[in-house]
Amino acid sequence: MSETLLRLTGIRKTFPGCVANDNIDLAIAPGEIHALLGENGAGKSTLVKMIYGVLRPDAGEISWNDRGVSVDNPASARALGIGMVFQHFSLFESMTTLENVALALPPQDLQTLRRRLNDTAEQYGLKLHPDRYVYDLSMGERQRIEIVRCLLQDPKLLILDEPTSVLTPQETDILFATLRKLASEGRSILYISHKLEEVRALCDRATILRGGKRVDDCVPSQETAQSLAEKMIGRRVESARGRSGQAASETRLSVNHLSVRSGELHGTDLQEINLTVKAGEIVGIAGIAGNGQTELMSALSGETGAPQSGTIKIGSTDATRMRPMDRRQLGAVFVPEERIGQAAVSDLSLTQNSFLTSAKRMGFSTKGLISWDAVSQFTDDILKRFNVRATGKDALAKSLSGGNLQKFIVGREILQKPNLIVVSQPTWGVDAGAAAAIHDEIQALVSAGAGALVISQDLDEIFALSDRIAVISRGTLSEPQPAHSVTTEAVGLLMGASALSAQQVSHA
Amino acid sequence: MLRLEARATSSASAAWLSPVLALTLTGITGAVIFLAMGKAPGVALYLYFIEPLTSWSGLSEVMVKAGPLILIGTGLSLGFRAGVWNIGAEGQFIAGALLGSAPAIYFYQSTNPMILPLMVMLGVLGGMAWAAIPALLKTRFNANEILVSLMLVYVAELLLIHLVQGAWRNPQGWGFPGTRMFPDAALLPMIVAGYRVHLGTLIALTVPFIAWFVLQKTSFGFHVRVFGSAPLAARHAGIGQQRMIWSTLLIGGGLAGLAGVMEAASTIGQLMPKISPGYGFTAIIVAFLGRLHPIGVLLAGITIAVTYIGGEGAQISAGLPKAVTGLFQGIILFYLLAFDLLTRYRITRVHSQASAS
Repeated sequence: MSETLLRLTGIRKTFPGCVANDNIDLAIAPGEIHALLGENGAGKSTLVKMIYGVLRPDAGEISWNDRGVSVDNPASARALGIGMVFQHFSLFESMTTLENVALALPPQDLQTLRRRLNDTAEQYGLKLHPDRYVYDLSMGERQRIEIVRCLLQDPKLLILDEPTSVLTPQETDILFATLRKLASEGRSILYISHKLEEVRALCDRATILRGGKRVDDCVPSQETAQSLAEKMIGRRVESARGRSGQAASETRLSVNHLSVRSGELHGTDLQEINLTVKAGEIVGIAGIAGNGQTELMSALSGETGAPQSGTIKIGSTDATRMRPMDRRQLGAVFVPEERIGQAAVSDLSLTQNSFLTSAKRMGFSTKGLISWDAVSQFTDDILKRFNVRATGKDALAKSLSGGNLQKFIVGREILQKPNLIVVSQPTWGVDAGAAAAIHDEIQALVSAGAGALVISQDLDEIFALSDRIAVISRGTLSEPQPAHSVTTEAVGLLMGASALSAQQVSHA
Repeated sequence: MLRLEARATSSASAAWLSPVLALTLTGITGAVIFLAMGKAPGVALYLYFIEPLTSWSGLSEVMVKAGPLILIGTGLSLGFRAGVWNIGAEGQFIAGALLGSAPAIYFYQSTNPMILPLMVMLGVLGGMAWAAIPALLKTRFNANEILVSLMLVYVAELLLIHLVQGAWRNPQGWGFPGTRMFPDAALLPMIVAGYRVHLGTLIALTVPFIAWFVLQKTSFGFHVRVFGSAPLAARHAGIGQQRMIWSTLLIGGGLAGLAGVMEAASTIGQLMPKISPGYGFTAIIVAFLGRLHPIGVLLAGITIAVTYIGGEGAQISAGLPKAVTGLFQGIILFYLLAFDLLTRYRITRVHSQASAS
């Protein structure tokens, strides 16, 4: 008899320059929903990639139904009965749902497959439309395709990597129902997350990783979110300091009837966006990735050319047709979502990176000549004031961890003493300590009279920071509401709203 | 099974070691080739790499050849850093020589000292104009600058042949293709009597230092570096894409054009059906051998020039075919690219990981 489906013993994996997994043990029983909990960079993804055969362990054993196995590649993982839904979906946007599913399976008759697809989807309450094109689908719908595609191969173990990061609260509920149904059939689920409440609500057991090591093993329902967080982070978590002061009447940013056509294939066009940010106020924009956040950020920062219609005012100046550097001269700073390659250049030093956006506003460049001494001093200030851990101001940007680099980038912008900060995904992939520090700094800046626009997919973050909250969905922005008068559920409904209505339309 | 694995760190010293190693291995490979050809490898290598450096006249010839390579290589390295792949410097070189030579051909009896500055200016403009075509097509229609600039090389070559056999042919030239000889006022002054080193050589030696200053100390230089390595960051910082494409192509074209007119107005002294031994293409090797760094380009230009001069010497005194020069240049580039790969990746052996069964 077999009481363990999958057992890992002493798994170790090193990459050049770091030990990603060190002596990790893990056991999953049939029908168990097992959480793999840890901060970003704790080694969760590396571990599951070895289970799924994408990577090979340097040492340690993997056993399946108490028999030692070697998982050489994803195909042999699937042959064992392991299915995986990655955080980044592997779907072809310009193909339909059915075509995407067919591509991943052995060649077969499309009509039979369509029937099986519909049957499986219905059985687990996963709504799917076989003939719709993927680019047209919400992230939740795309995830359902991935899940159904796994289920068609009848897996014994289903691995899900951060599945709820792209879902609305309502979609999350649907997913959880599906997962519980799968578990009740005796299938095991390995659920990777750093969201404590989800793990407590869903999982039977949890293995906690920290810094590549297994630090604990517990039953989540018997823990509190606080105790789980302490295990995960390794120390007490301080809550953000909060902030004083009220929104003043002075307007820092006003956007009127802004419409922008996205330059990207399958991008999201912005339609009639209206928005104001006052001094001393944080406005939060919630929404699922790919609903126009990137386009909104580029339109505000001036990276994309003039909009199709509408105006953008920074302070009282019309900036609609201004270039990025001129907008910064007006006192606006921007922290885009992509840290490496957009906010910072990986192969340049921190000093050079601080020059990147501060050149004009800090007066580091006169008549085309750069005064590197001044930039270097500025960089020292950033590193000190924002507690950036780096070997020095000459360190290359790529040598910093995600959290430290984000602290550096936010520091670079805040030390330019802006009147307005527009920041996208400020703490995405950042460890809890750095995230709290970044939140504190944004709040301090706003307390001092600046305005802030925070675009984030993380609802907790939106609610923790914002005075007013709006939701972006399919390129339109809802009317911002005072944070104390809206609920998570209401925001969640708005996040999924137009996706739902579009579905109904296509149904009719 | 062997596999390439990215190295965690790629050191700056390794980046500079790879050209040195590439040159060493080129020497060794050359020795093997000479052996196979039945020549004494020691002698042949000496003729190629050492002989040109052992006499003043040899050194002078090396510097004369290095001049255009350094000028063009410096311009190309700026563009390559920005990710703008101008492969057509050969055409821009010819275009510069054509436009720059026009005053000397139309005013072939001129003694006006202003004719030379005018020619240099027109030479730069000619190279720029030729490079402006790929710039325009790239910024307007997103046409690939590699293809456009490369194809324009052949257009320039044919235009040159057309002119020297037609409208610009020397009426007193007994029908041979080629223009009149330039008047003395249209020739670059020599620096040392008896040697062919000329003012253009000196200019070529100073340009890398200017480029180095621009890269290190100016906003434009900074923008070039950012634009090439992180286009999105460049956009975020407000560095205009169109401006970078235009400016790097115009600088590259301008320097190639300058090299072209100075070549015509010095060692050649007229226009002929063929005025370049492939400087524009060889300069691509120079740019990479010099690590796209202006001072590196200076050193690489001199190194490659040695192979040109050594090749001529070996051809005369040892009867080695001229093609060996091109062969050497190709081998250098080959090894260089191989070592560059190995500084960024290492080869690991993948052996079947058997977990106990």
